[in-house]
Amino acid sequence: MENSVEQPQVDANDHKVQSNRVSITLTVNGKVVNKAVEPRMLLSDFLREELDLTGTHLGCEHGVCGACTIIMNNESIRSCLMFAVQADGYDIKTVESLATNEGTLNGLQEAFSTHHALQCGFCTPGFLMTLTDYLDKNPSPTREEVREVISGNLCRCTGYSNIVDAVMDYTKNRSM
Amino acid sequence: MSNFIGKNVRRKEDHRLLSGNGEFVADIKMADSHEAAFLRSTHAHAKIKKIDTTQAKELEGVAAVLTGNDIKGLIEPFKFFKEFGETPPNAEEINLMTQVASKELLASEKVLYVGHPIAVVVAENRYVAEDALELIEVDYEPLPAVVNPEKAVENDSPLVHENIKNNVHTSFEVVVGDFQKAASEADQVLQTEIKFPRIHCNPLETRGILSNYNRRRDELTVYTSTQIPFVVKNYLVSMLGLIEENVRVIAPDVGGGFGPKGGVYPEEILVSYLSIQLNKPVRWVEDRVEHLQATRHSRDQLHKVEVAFNDNGDILGLKDNYILDSGCMNYFNLTCAYNTAAHMRGLFKIPHYEANARIVLTNKTPNVPYRGAGRPEAVFTMDRVLYLVAEKLGMDMVDVIKKNLIRAEEMPYDQGFYYKDGGKVVYDSGNYPEALEKVLEISEYEKYKKVKEEKKDDTKSIGIGISSYVEGTGTGPFEGAVVKLDGSGKIIASAGASPQGQSHETTLAQIVADQFNVDPTDVLIRVGDTGALPHGAGTFASRSAVNAGSALYEASQIMKEKLLRLAADELSDTIDNVTLKDGEVKSKNGKSISFRKLAQLAKPIPLFKAKRNVEPDLEGTYYFFPPTVTYSSSFHVAVVEVDKKTGKFDIIDYSIVHDSGKIINPKIVEGQIQGGIAQGIGQSVYEELVYDENGQLISGTYMDYLLPTSMEIPKVRMDHQEYLSTRNPLGIKGVGEGGAISPPAALANAVSDALSPLTINLNQLPISPSNLRSLILKAEKNEKAKREGAVHEG
Ligand code: FES
Ligand code: FES
Repeated sequence: MENSVEQPQVDANDHKVQSNRVSITLTVNGKVVNKAVEPRMLLSDFLREELDLTGTHLGCEHGVCGACTIIMNNESIRSCLMFAVQADGYDIKTVESLATNEGTLNGLQEAFSTHHALQCGFCTPGFLMTLTDYLDKNPSPTREEVREVISGNLCRCTGYSNIVDAVMDYTKNRSM
Repeated sequence: MSNFIGKNVRRKEDHRLLSGNGEFVADIKMADSHEAAFLRSTHAHAKIKKIDTTQAKELEGVAAVLTGNDIKGLIEPFKFFKEFGETPPNAEEINLMTQVASKELLASEKVLYVGHPIAVVVAENRYVAEDALELIEVDYEPLPAVVNPEKAVENDSPLVHENIKNNVHTSFEVVVGDFQKAASEADQVLQTEIKFPRIHCNPLETRGILSNYNRRRDELTVYTSTQIPFVVKNYLVSMLGLIEENVRVIAPDVGGGFGPKGGVYPEEILVSYLSIQLNKPVRWVEDRVEHLQATRHSRDQLHKVEVAFNDNGDILGLKDNYILDSGCMNYFNLTCAYNTAAHMRGLFKIPHYEANARIVLTNKTPNVPYRGAGRPEAVFTMDRVLYLVAEKLGMDMVDVIKKNLIRAEEMPYDQGFYYKDGGKVVYDSGNYPEALEKVLEISEYEKYKKVKEEKKDDTKSIGIGISSYVEGTGTGPFEGAVVKLDGSGKIIASAGASPQGQSHETTLAQIVADQFNVDPTDVLIRVGDTGALPHGAGTFASRSAVNAGSALYEASQIMKEKLLRLAADELSDTIDNVTLKDGEVKSKNGKSISFRKLAQLAKPIPLFKAKRNVEPDLEGTYYFFPPTVTYSSSFHVAVVEVDKKTGKFDIIDYSIVHDSGKIINPKIVEGQIQGGIAQGIGQSVYEELVYDENGQLISGTYMDYLLPTSMEIPKVRMDHQEYLSTRNPLGIKGVGEGGAISPPAALANAVSDALSPLTINLNQLPISPSNLRSLILKAEKNEKAKREGAVHEG
């Protein structure tokens, strides 16, 4: 898709010169979104500030902690390492897409609660999105594989073992 | 009655956090909200000659630029937080010497560390605010930086603060018995040096603040990622000259705390000040790189110890001379340094003890108490010493522990001096020998000892390490609680505690639910909000279940009494004849009345004429003041496999037995322990804040400051003891910090054990592969030299 670059404009009300904005169209949690954004806006900031999807958290903004993980065209990625303009035309899922509209949690979320796999919950959306992508492709992993797949997500509260327990229990129940 | 205390009640917090509906500071939106960004010093120590903000102010979208000169005389500098340790009652006895340093909220004359705030910009969004920072010019005149705390105390060292002589901010000594005498009588005396590095606490959510001033009502509402909203409120009120009633501080969902969010920060005062000046909501969200230099650091102690012992393993005395590098300020007074002294002897009987502590200032980020607060440092020191004694005597460390352990029948045990809250250090309850037996059993100590002997080969070997502690928990001075019956029939329970992941909404609801014989879902917990009750403290120092739990328990009794009285009256029965069940009060005469109805009856309405003498509203308020701390205790056993060639080791197994008194929710307690141990492992193996000789922070991003991941943390084996505290109504002891205390000592001992008979001096952290590898090389060289020397002599 071609990006249409708008010319700098003067906002008549407060006489501010707006920088170059780029119009992007993408699908977020099943809805088509069209917005004009500054080229330097991070995808994570776009989701949080422009779309008010604040479930995607920012723990480091340099690609290490995994709190900002989302799913983009069926791959989990770190939204703090991309610009919003790079997501033009893509299909994005954030943590807000996991529960039903009525608020019923999905199986993985339920398992997290049952196994006390979250404390402060700040890291949790990142873990859920990393795992959602992974379990889609690998429905019955071993404990070691789960440990490995979440090793790109930092959690400072739980000490991880309950997260692994939750995943093992969820995959076992799902396959029964 | 105990229907819910002790049960794995599902967490009330989970649904919102799992569905992306948590509300952290950065998630809160307000119309016309502006963003702040801070300009921070790039020098560790420098005079500021000039700050030029002209260009920044002219940038489109910038609403304000503030420097230290703009607030001079308006906002006082920070000195220390009196809430966290005023002069202790035994100041004279411990020969306390202390001075007062002060630090400008925005440096205008001199910067004291890399990260010291110099200016703040408010703009329409963070991108513009950060652009403006680039346009501010600061002219520095660099000064020599004070970096090494041992050199800082020498006469020729530059000074961090002109008025703090030799950079020693505070010193004190604790003396029990007579160490010199013990040393002269003991069979042996051993000396060593032990160092705990400077580390960062790293809650996954950085700090964040959103201040909203409403000029018409002169009201200030501040959302901040804090552990202590009431304290933040007090400082806002006094530093900005506000009316207490008009300030409300809210800690919404907070993404981890662990200590550093347990202090007031310049940013909280400045962002609020700017919100008032601009009459707009102003938000500041810290980024991680900023966090690593601007959010307070911790630990950083150097110990020189002497231990006097007999050949049979009896330890007669311990003398410890230590320095705590507190960075450029000592905001928390004695907190960590005195905790270290108070916890050094742990669960051992060591009759002669002397501690000399100095809190030294350097050009680094100020320190803060972090999970364990001086205790991991004490335990690392003590348990390394025990290891060295055992090694020297050729004994199993377990046998040395057994020789010196306080016995069950000796409880309550008096350690012979005072805690910093003025109470005597008297361990209230516990059974340490039993805990030791349990941990040896669940860790399969004997089995691993055999494996160790069998598996030894040239490269890989197994080692077992043990560590233990007692922990003064549930620090006062108080916590407040208000329990009331809502018109809906639900119980609203408010407490001054302020969680960051500790599950207060669940555990505190369990306590209250049991008092009213209702389900925890019928109890709404309000915490982290100064609007919920008049006075509170917050959540730190493993204190909330003890203090907030007890306050809620007592407030519930007060409210219950009123409820029963009203119900009895309404049911035409006596108070002894009515009971609570399923949200109703039932009378022996068969009649019943719902909580909802009672709440309605208690409400005064226009033209209401009380037919009985009841206060309007059913409400109970209680402030709980614990007599002193209550003592949790624990044993940890680590089993490791060390690869001599690379210096890397794996944790094969980790076990813990813990006594935290009455357990409210086992799963949550276990979660606290597992999480604490993970942080302890991080500090043992990966984490260190490294400064170069100019005071530049070298490990200032997540690329060089390593945190443990799921690959490094084992699932811990656990067992519990439940020796009730005698110092609060439910018998609770604190558990939040415990897990983090022992891993450094347990792991260092395990690694040393694996490498024995090679004597490596594993007296500093982190035990990273490169550090360990160089210690191994050094030890091998020593050994070789010794052998050759022996051959020579022979
Ligand atoms: S915020 Fe994106 S990886 Fe940390
Ligand atoms: S639950 Fe707090 S960071 Fe994971």
